[in-house]
Amino acid sequence: MLFRNPIRCAPSAAVAALAAVTLGAAAPAPSVIKIDNFTFNAAETTVPVGTTVTWVNNDDIPHTVVATDKSFKSKVLDTDEKFSFTFTKAGTFDYFCSIHPHMTGKVVVR
Amino acid sequence: MEQAPNRRRVLECMGWAGTGLVWTMAGGVASSAMLDTAQAATRAKTKPFTFLQVSDSHIGFTKDPNPDARATFREAVAKIKAMPVKPDFIIHTGDITQLSKDQEFDDADQIIKEAGLTVFHVPGEHDMLDEGNGKAYLDRYGKATGAQGDGWYSFDHDGVHFVGLINVKQLKAGGMGHFGDDQLAWLKKDLAGKSASTPIVVFTHVPMWVVYQQWGWGTDDAQAALAMLARFGSVTVLNGHIHQVLQKTEGHVAFHTARSTAFPQPAPGSAPSPGPMKVPAGELRDTLGVRTVTYAPGTETLAVVDAKLA
Repeated sequence: MLFRNPIRCAPSAAVAALAAVTLGAAAPAPSVIKIDNFTFNAAETTVPVGTTVTWVNNDDIPHTVVATDKSFKSKVLDTDEKFSFTFTKAGTFDYFCSIHPHMTGKVVVR
Repeated sequence: MEQAPNRRRVLECMGWAGTGLVWTMAGGVASSAMLDTAQAATRAKTKPFTFLQVSDSHIGFTKDPNPDARATFREAVAKIKAMPVKPDFIIHTGDITQLSKDQEFDDADQIIKEAGLTVFHVPGEHDMLDEGNGKAYLDRYGKATGAQGDGWYSFDHDGVHFVGLINVKQLKAGGMGHFGDDQLAWLKKDLAGKSASTPIVVFTHVPMWVVYQQWGWGTDDAQAALAMLARFGSVTVLNGHIHQVLQKTEGHVAFHTARSTAFPQPAPGSAPSPGPMKVPAGELRDTLGVRTVTYAPGTETLAVVDAKLA
């Protein structure tokens, strides 16, 4: 996306490490959270830094996925639509459905 | 249900014949009063009237149990057009659309226009799903009512004060419906000049009493609003959101939730989720409907009649 040719940009150790992540060699396995029956099916998910988490809406009703600290926010997800976010920092990320706020979940990034 | 005044009552009234008696009969509630009383003076300024409530039309919904929410909304409007007594206006208590798309709002407006009546809207959470988080709704409906803030407003009709509130914005994680401090401050000002004998009708999308917290069927800060309404002798709260008829009375406040015109939802806690309730096609219209509300001056309780679409 940004580094088509990272070597040309700046041949430093930092960029080399970034390139490794970009190439996917060190990327953790993706994680999927399903939305069923107005519930995030994993109320709490723990993933390593760099994990891409994908939410899939299996309900007949639209939902959203919104971080309470606003660090990520999906568009409205109709039936079978998905939203992905890559967690690049460690921490605890609480999120909820902004349409049905009683639906809450948490991603712990280590 | 029309209820005729009993014989004794009629005789009582006849006894006053010729001395300036006002006799009203509306919505099944009969009452009489002397013209020379203050009450009758108030009454002379007002008259019985009827308005309608429709809710949760979800234009754009195409799934089980209703493949065409436009068609059932059209049927609801046809029912309104066929009413023998023309209502004064319609209140739509939100979830006009399924996904806040322009086409869905356009279609909803085209369909309800057929009724030939003024329509007052409040949004549901499904009407807040545009990029602007409710801007599409506000641009479309806000101006006509002189809406404040996120779209709340009030108006007076034949002696009754109507207040349209919004409890589907500024929702907080883990919470339910929410009014927010700005709206509550506005409500306080709006009610400040009203006498306690003014009948109040509040309409908003999510119930103002906690129907079922686990499904978010309630409004976090409703108590603050209800405290402001406590001094009034007649308060009627109309809402949608839960797609079924439920009623509750607390002091002078009568709460009524309405049916949808699109699909039913399960009774509180009776299913794994509040998602659309699957019913056989032949039974769908038994679960949908339109509400008629009649106000008769001098009575505390408004007459609420729920008619099925079937």
